[in-house]
Amino acid sequence: MRVIGVPRRRVDARAKVTGQTRFADDIFLPRMAYCKLLRSPHPHARIRKMDTSRAAAHNGVYLVLSGKDLPIEYGILPVSQDEQALCVDHVRHVGDPVAAVVAREELTAFEALDLIDVEYELLTTIADPEEALATPAPRIHEYGEEGNIHKRVSLEFGDVEQGFAEADEVFEDTFFYQGNTHLPIEQHASMAIKDPEGKLTIWSSTQTPHYLHRALAKVLQMPPGHIRVIATPNGGGFGGKSDPFNHEIVVAKAALLLDRPVKICLTREEVFYCHRGRHPVLMKFKTGVKKDGTITGMHLQTLIDGGAYGSYGVASTFYTGALQTVTYHVPRYKFQGCRTFTNKPPCGPKRGHGTVQPRFGQEVQLDKIAEKLSIDPADLRLRIAESSNAVTANFFRLSVVNLSECIRRVVKNSDWKEKFRKMPDGRGVGLACSAYLTGAGLPIYWNKMPHSGVHIKFDRGGGVAVFCGATEIGQGSDDVLAGIVAEVLGLETFDIRLYTGDTDLGPVDLGSYSSRVTIMAGNAALQAAERGREMIAEAAAEKLGVPKERLRFADKRVFDSAAPEKCLTFAQAVCNAEARFGTIGTMGSYTPPKSPALYKGGGVGPSPTYSYTAAVVEVAVNPATGWITVPKIWIAHDIGRALNPTLVRGQVEGSVYMGLGEALMEEQEFRRLPKKLSHALVHKFPSMLEYKSPTSLDMPEVITELIEEPDPRGPFGAKEVGQGPLLPIMPAVANAVYDALGVRIDEVPITPEKIMKALAEKKAGRTPRFGPNHFPKVNWPEALRVPPPWEGGDGNAVNDVPRAAKHNPEKEKVLSP
Amino acid sequence: MILVTLPIESQKTAHIRLTLNGEATDVSFAPYKTLLEVLREDLGHTGTKHGCELGECGACAVLLEGKAVLSCLLLAVECDGKSVLTVEGLGADGKLHPLQDAFADLGAAQCGYCTPAILVTAKALLDSNPNPSREQIREALSGNLCRCTGYQQIFEAVEAAMIKIAGKTSC
Amino acid sequence: MMRLPLFEFRMPRTIDEAVLILDGEGPKAMPLAGGTDLLPNMKRRQQVPKTLMSLRYIEDLNRVRMEASASRLGACVTLADIAADPRFRNGLTALAQAASLVATPHIRNMATLGGNLCLDTRCNYYDQNYEWRKAIDFCLKKDGDTCWVAPGSLKCMAVSSTDTAPALIALGARVRLVSRLEEREVLLGELYNNDGLDYIKRKPNEILAEVLLDSLHGWKSTYWKLRRRGSFDFPVLSVAAAARFTESGVVEDARIVMGSAASRPLVALDAAKTLVGRPLNGESIAEAAVLAARIAKPLDNTDFDMSWRKRVTGEFVTCALRELRGDDVSGERLSYMRTHSH
Repeated sequence: MRVIGVPRRRVDARAKVTGQTRFADDIFLPRMAYCKLLRSPHPHARIRKMDTSRAAAHNGVYLVLSGKDLPIEYGILPVSQDEQALCVDHVRHVGDPVAAVVAREELTAFEALDLIDVEYELLTTIADPEEALATPAPRIHEYGEEGNIHKRVSLEFGDVEQGFAEADEVFEDTFFYQGNTHLPIEQHASMAIKDPEGKLTIWSSTQTPHYLHRALAKVLQMPPGHIRVIATPNGGGFGGKSDPFNHEIVVAKAALLLDRPVKICLTREEVFYCHRGRHPVLMKFKTGVKKDGTITGMHLQTLIDGGAYGSYGVASTFYTGALQTVTYHVPRYKFQGCRTFTNKPPCGPKRGHGTVQPRFGQEVQLDKIAEKLSIDPADLRLRIAESSNAVTANFFRLSVVNLSECIRRVVKNSDWKEKFRKMPDGRGVGLACSAYLTGAGLPIYWNKMPHSGVHIKFDRGGGVAVFCGATEIGQGSDDVLAGIVAEVLGLETFDIRLYTGDTDLGPVDLGSYSSRVTIMAGNAALQAAERGREMIAEAAAEKLGVPKERLRFADKRVFDSAAPEKCLTFAQAVCNAEARFGTIGTMGSYTPPKSPALYKGGGVGPSPTYSYTAAVVEVAVNPATGWITVPKIWIAHDIGRALNPTLVRGQVEGSVYMGLGEALMEEQEFRRLPKKLSHALVHKFPSMLEYKSPTSLDMPEVITELIEEPDPRGPFGAKEVGQGPLLPIMPAVANAVYDALGVRIDEVPITPEKIMKALAEKKAGRTPRFGPNHFPKVNWPEALRVPPPWEGGDGNAVNDVPRAAKHNPEKEKVLSP
Repeated sequence: MILVTLPIESQKTAHIRLTLNGEATDVSFAPYKTLLEVLREDLGHTGTKHGCELGECGACAVLLEGKAVLSCLLLAVECDGKSVLTVEGLGADGKLHPLQDAFADLGAAQCGYCTPAILVTAKALLDSNPNPSREQIREALSGNLCRCTGYQQIFEAVEAAMIKIAGKTSC
Repeated sequence: MMRLPLFEFRMPRTIDEAVLILDGEGPKAMPLAGGTDLLPNMKRRQQVPKTLMSLRYIEDLNRVRMEASASRLGACVTLADIAADPRFRNGLTALAQAASLVATPHIRNMATLGGNLCLDTRCNYYDQNYEWRKAIDFCLKKDGDTCWVAPGSLKCMAVSSTDTAPALIALGARVRLVSRLEEREVLLGELYNNDGLDYIKRKPNEILAEVLLDSLHGWKSTYWKLRRRGSFDFPVLSVAAAARFTESGVVEDARIVMGSAASRPLVALDAAKTLVGRPLNGESIAEAAVLAARIAKPLDNTDFDMSWRKRVTGEFVTCALRELRGDDVSGERLSYMRTHSH
């Protein structure tokens, strides 16, 4: 192969290094106006009255919008249509937008915000899930399970009590994972115009143009065909630009009303209010094991702080329990998850969506199990690692699984056996593993259409244009498309023109989330390219008088593999094919394989295949202050095949970076002022300065190794890499701190203060740990009981109506706008 | 609504002449604007980015008289008579600067948003110290946050460019 | 994008011209040096001066004069210049270290010594956007009535966050303040009030023109800074220590100053006094560390837990004094500060 697997310059690199990549805020149009949003200063309140007249009369102001101008509710999930672009009568967190000002200058718009008079009636605030459980009224939303509980799930795969009864040891541990945010360096920005024909076009820093397209059609009540969404390259996404956002809808509305371009670029503080980041999760793990480490059963409970809106939260809730079975063999598994609403910016999908928090708990608990059983933690994991082509207790079908090889490589590279429990006091190593989806098996809204489509146009000059809805957020999705098409057609990536992220030009791709683009858009591109090659080859075979099977495509030529001088240039071959068949354009599409998980909730977690990662982290901790540094990290990732190894390595190291930030310093923290004096519940520090993202001086050396065994489900065998490698970092740091000082930090982030508190416990002769000690009582619903495959299960719950027979009017309603 | 007068903030009453990427450049702008705003909004140089506008991320770095500074914290009126280099001025004669080539080849730009600022900062480093150690590179780039790469491929790209530049100047 | 409020801009060429402007405009005019503190504050609407007076064009403020007997540093010398200047070594090491640890390389290229000495006090309830401060109904330091750090307090508890002031106080520096009618020299240690609102004795019509240092022959000094990351962050605790030794290693004179532990740099007089006449041994260092930590009273308005910050005070005093006596503490230094510079 000439392109695939070769480290190379990504197709969009030149634009990026010359500053020519056009991000959303880089778009300036004649007559454009600026939009600013007035946001609620209260965490929870009713809007009594609003008077926008002073702002509207302000010199330079073109338009003021308020909730009544955009009352239709929307949201990313059909089951959580709970947002309004501008709150009509209920604000749910500090930063919830209530009005918009559009003006000639951004400064004018900002200053005019202060001229809008809003009268609020304050409501009781809810700061965390325990308060939410204890405070059923006032309700933050009028939907959900009950009170302020958004979603509760209970699933049982086999009799987990039986599993504990068969165990030699049963471990119970509680963990807390603090929330954190994506912090892309690019702040969200959008520009909307009423185009010359009177239709709407919006450029936006979104990871999901298709879902934005649907939300705009719904709220603006326009035919989707009259709306064009162009996802500009994202200056970092990490999941934070995956929801349709209020500001996008507002500028669209304003542009339509004013018939002039309207732009908004959020301030950093506002980006913190968009949030949709990592959910804070309290977890309780109960795990039974045999003396040799074999897991006999696992019961996981999660209590999730959802923030003020649904966002992806229902999916996030399932994700906190979905992937525990995908790494290690768990024969009986029970999962209960509960997401509550709170008066804080909404949480959602951040890199590793929902699976990061329980991964931390599981990997730290395994470290404890290994110690108790006197088994090396690496060896323990090798004993229990899942195997290729297995179907898990919760009916996820695995493909190629190379977890064991990942473990062996990091053990070797890090010199684990010489370091673990052998380093001097204050120094230590920790190991952890993970698995992640290569694309969500189901779309956000129920439909039977492909998840990704690619259209390729072949030009008489030999030019190849690829059209696809896939969205470039820095991960290299354009390069994936170009690389695959170039490889199939024997071209260079430079020969491929890309038109991506544009709902008018390309077929739908669902978006850059769930690590789905390489496998889904990639397979669609592969199919489209192969169909094109087939036509060109058929015509060329005729022309050259060579059997089609002998033709090869390479070096921009089509030639006879037996007599390479018998050839056409690629351009000649295209003309030849066009003469034979008419204009050449091919289509490819991809739909993930059907999942055997038929039970309700089984839609979250299935994936065409899963990536695997193992990591070893070394730490140095000062016992006098708890000050922690990380000198080095070793990581091995099961990638299937690296389409462009340069980019794959970048994704691994970038994941390690973000994971290390979460492990040591990143926190989305809130502050409530003394209740007697104030109603405030504010983000503690919505700024780049106080939200601590590691700098170049904080980042250790990372040794990356890629494990390549092509996965039959991936294009050229490729699996995901953008998210999985983040997951093992936090637990590996926690496990390394234990190796260094003998204290457990069962909470993320792991800070010097917490280490000192744990050391104090140790000194006092108590359990040497810092972390939560209880899990509150939740009224769990009766569990759906799904017998695992080895107990004869068919993927349905025995105490629920089988999936196929069920009629779902709610979902159908959402489909028709 | 018809505006009778222009709002004060849009009046371009300030005027400076600076050398922008080697070219004498005149620009009029509203006097409250920082260099960042004038570059992007009044001079069409959108290569310079912003991530916070408060000096907390480094995305807006440019070279002022050869030194890496933050354009978000620099009044444009104070740049009169000064030379400013942005990412748009890095290449020459239709060719990329060795730093740009190395960043492109070695994966140092992922989303590309922090890249322009890192490139000019790295140029200032190599201009003053043609042979920096890895530690010196880390230090010089410690005012540029990158959320994508984990920095390692950035360090490697600066080192690759350093070698390429050294090779060029020695022959 | 965050925008500055409107202002009038003045650019005097001499100190005389500058103080005349300040005198005429009153407190609504503010001097602008590097801009790295004032401009973010203006964007957040914490400070909204009617007039910005640039000091960039006053040549006198950019001079450094160093002689054996004394040094004079112009207020507009950049922190990068101080950090890079080989003349700032030996006795002056603490200053060079402090300057080199401020924020980021870019900010050090812009920020000035005078600006860092006049740095506005900082607080998690104050260093926020206008909209955020509206959500807490503002605070005592700006537009509000309550100090949210200590709601009973009549005094603003914002934290002195300058790196160079503790270092220069440990070096016994003075500053020259110039107004239209008078000129005065103030011991830097006496320039600050322990009040987050009224934190500096520079009058609105005065320019801090120069930093003056007597000879530091025979002195050794060092600066330790605590912050979460290797760059960007303001100190949440710092320790500057300076000492002069006899040939046999007995301390003749010593100063220990703690930064970011109150609304002003704190001079640890007792801690320094206990060292005089003794060699820096385990015992004297431990005593000094305990005495210094006693007066540090960090509050919950910066990064990190306040009791933990207090705990680090003793550790930093110990490290700093061990460094002064010649121990190799470069490992600890690198671990805390994450940088090899200085």
